[in-house]
Amino acid sequence: MEVRVANVRKEFDRFPALHDISLDIRSGELIALLGPSGSGKTTLLRLIAGLEAPTEGAIYFGEEDASYKSVQERNVGFVFQHYALFRHMTILENISFGLKVRPSATRPPKGEIRRRALELLDLVQLSGLEKRYPNQLSGGQRQRVALARALAIEPRVLLLDEPFGALDAQVRRELRKWLREIHDNTNHTTVFVTHDQEEALELADRLVVMSQGMIEQVGSPDDVYDKPNSPFVFGFIGESSYLPVEVENKELWVGGRAIGLPAPDETTGAALLYFRPHDVELVEDGAALAGVVAASRRVGGTRRVELEIGGGKERVEIDLPFDHPAGEKSRIAFRPKRWRLFPVKG
Amino acid sequence: MAAFSTRFTFRRGNRRMVLTTRKRARWRFRQPSVIPGFGLTFGFMIAYFSLIILIPLIALGIRSAGLGFDGFWRYATDPRVLGALRVSFSTALIAALVNVVFGTLLAWVLVRYRFPGRRIVDAIIDLPFALPTAVAGIALTAIYAPNGPIGAFFAPFGIRLAYTPAGIVIALIFVGLPFMVRTVQPVLEEVQHEIEEAAATLGANRWQTVTRVLLPGLTPAILTGFALAFARAVGEYGSVVFIAGNIPLVSEIAPLLIVIRLEEFNYVGATVIAAVMLMISFALLFIINLIQAWSRRRFGYAL
Repeated sequence: MEVRVANVRKEFDRFPALHDISLDIRSGELIALLGPSGSGKTTLLRLIAGLEAPTEGAIYFGEEDASYKSVQERNVGFVFQHYALFRHMTILENISFGLKVRPSATRPPKGEIRRRALELLDLVQLSGLEKRYPNQLSGGQRQRVALARALAIEPRVLLLDEPFGALDAQVRRELRKWLREIHDNTNHTTVFVTHDQEEALELADRLVVMSQGMIEQVGSPDDVYDKPNSPFVFGFIGESSYLPVEVENKELWVGGRAIGLPAPDETTGAALLYFRPHDVELVEDGAALAGVVAASRRVGGTRRVELEIGGGKERVEIDLPFDHPAGEKSRIAFRPKRWRLFPVKG
Repeated sequence: MAAFSTRFTFRRGNRRMVLTTRKRARWRFRQPSVIPGFGLTFGFMIAYFSLIILIPLIALGIRSAGLGFDGFWRYATDPRVLGALRVSFSTALIAALVNVVFGTLLAWVLVRYRFPGRRIVDAIIDLPFALPTAVAGIALTAIYAPNGPIGAFFAPFGIRLAYTPAGIVIALIFVGLPFMVRTVQPVLEEVQHEIEEAAATLGANRWQTVTRVLLPGLTPAILTGFALAFARAVGEYGSVVFIAGNIPLVSEIAPLLIVIRLEEFNYVGATVIAAVMLMISFALLFIINLIQAWSRRRFGYAL
């Protein structure tokens, strides 16, 4: 099922949460809404579900305008961060709830409901736990039950609100892989909200990066990581360092010195240079960025070094091999291998 | 008790095995705990409990046991006593059931909606706790008597509220209401909004959400409220004696009959009624507690 969000605006008590959002979600894709808290990603998800009504704009399911349909009519599967299981029901009753509450005309017979619920329980790898109650399961198991419950109603769209947010890192990684498998097997159009960029990059077909109620960038994980189109996206996705520079004579300058980065297509003036800390090369001679080591710490297989550039006014971080002999106060010259320039406005 | 303690030993034994592998666990009165002061607080608890509850109850038992079974039975099956017990327990039961429905409704409105005067209503709920029950009884009688504002409304239809069992039920609803509201209210406040949203996304309409998702979740709290309201109603005296009319076999409650027996210096008769009431009440509360324990174990509620 394709979902189209068309010029949606949402205000809460006159406080704008979403400004004029438009987004096309393709049928069968796994798409992530990514952004810091307060960016409006959960609000967008709840609008698609019908748990909130848009102040302006429309939401289409396929060709049909679903904006004014109730939650019940939209037939969406929704998974909450804190599971929201019915704790007085067994796991099996939880999963079959959506089928049991259907009007008798569309309700499958009892045996069929049970068969389908058991099948889903098998899909989420919890066979044998159907008689347990939610409080007897671990967090990861509960979230799997919640997913099975949402899948039971054969939803047109599956919506997940920070589904792994309440779980510990280990379980989170496992469930991530497992969700990807389930998605590949069932091919539901799936939208999930997360503030964890690693999760989004690993799991999603496409990312929607949001900030302050607006969409910053939409694209594949590679696109968003390699070609961020704004300083915000560059800073939010992956590690980044930035430095104020000047563009002059088709070259970049810092503190009146050329740093050996040609910029033939950039407009002259002040700009911000963004690069990834791991995407740098050390240079022995020639024009480069030079800095004094202010701090250095070992991070896994690399050494993260903080450099003071231009007499301590600016600081950037770069990654060095962990056995690099850089000590405090020593000088290091480097050039970013890949970088982007964002002009400083006004 | 024996079975209980052996199981304890076994469990403790197991745990010990894990920790030290060798040492055999022996049964101990108290589980090891890092919280100090067990002896002092336990001793105080026993003394306090004995002075306030246990000794008076035992005295009651001894007094009535002095009669022997036949004497006890004769006093207990006296028609007036049976009538009073029937009136007491049936009106208390009806009042508690009415409170289950409307108390829950009241709690629902107070928790779910914001309206002007909500805080005032919320505060007034507690008044039956604080008001001398005799005052309540007199006020209710004045209102529901055939010449009172509400009683007059019913009088033309030949319905009498005051001076009948119906009046007793009204008074008992009054004294029991806060118990119901105050037990359901906090639990209802705890219910996550997400639970209802989850039910809605699964296609449940409002009615199904309330009856299948919300109310079952409130059952333990409603049971507690019911037990409290019922227990209070069985023992209620002050408010009832004014509105009941106190006609033997019709609207005479057991606590009143106890007072009457005492005034006749028939201490044995009073004790027997009290002992019977105690047994019935204890049995009922015990059953309610069992149901609660069962439902809590099932759903893992910490109530």
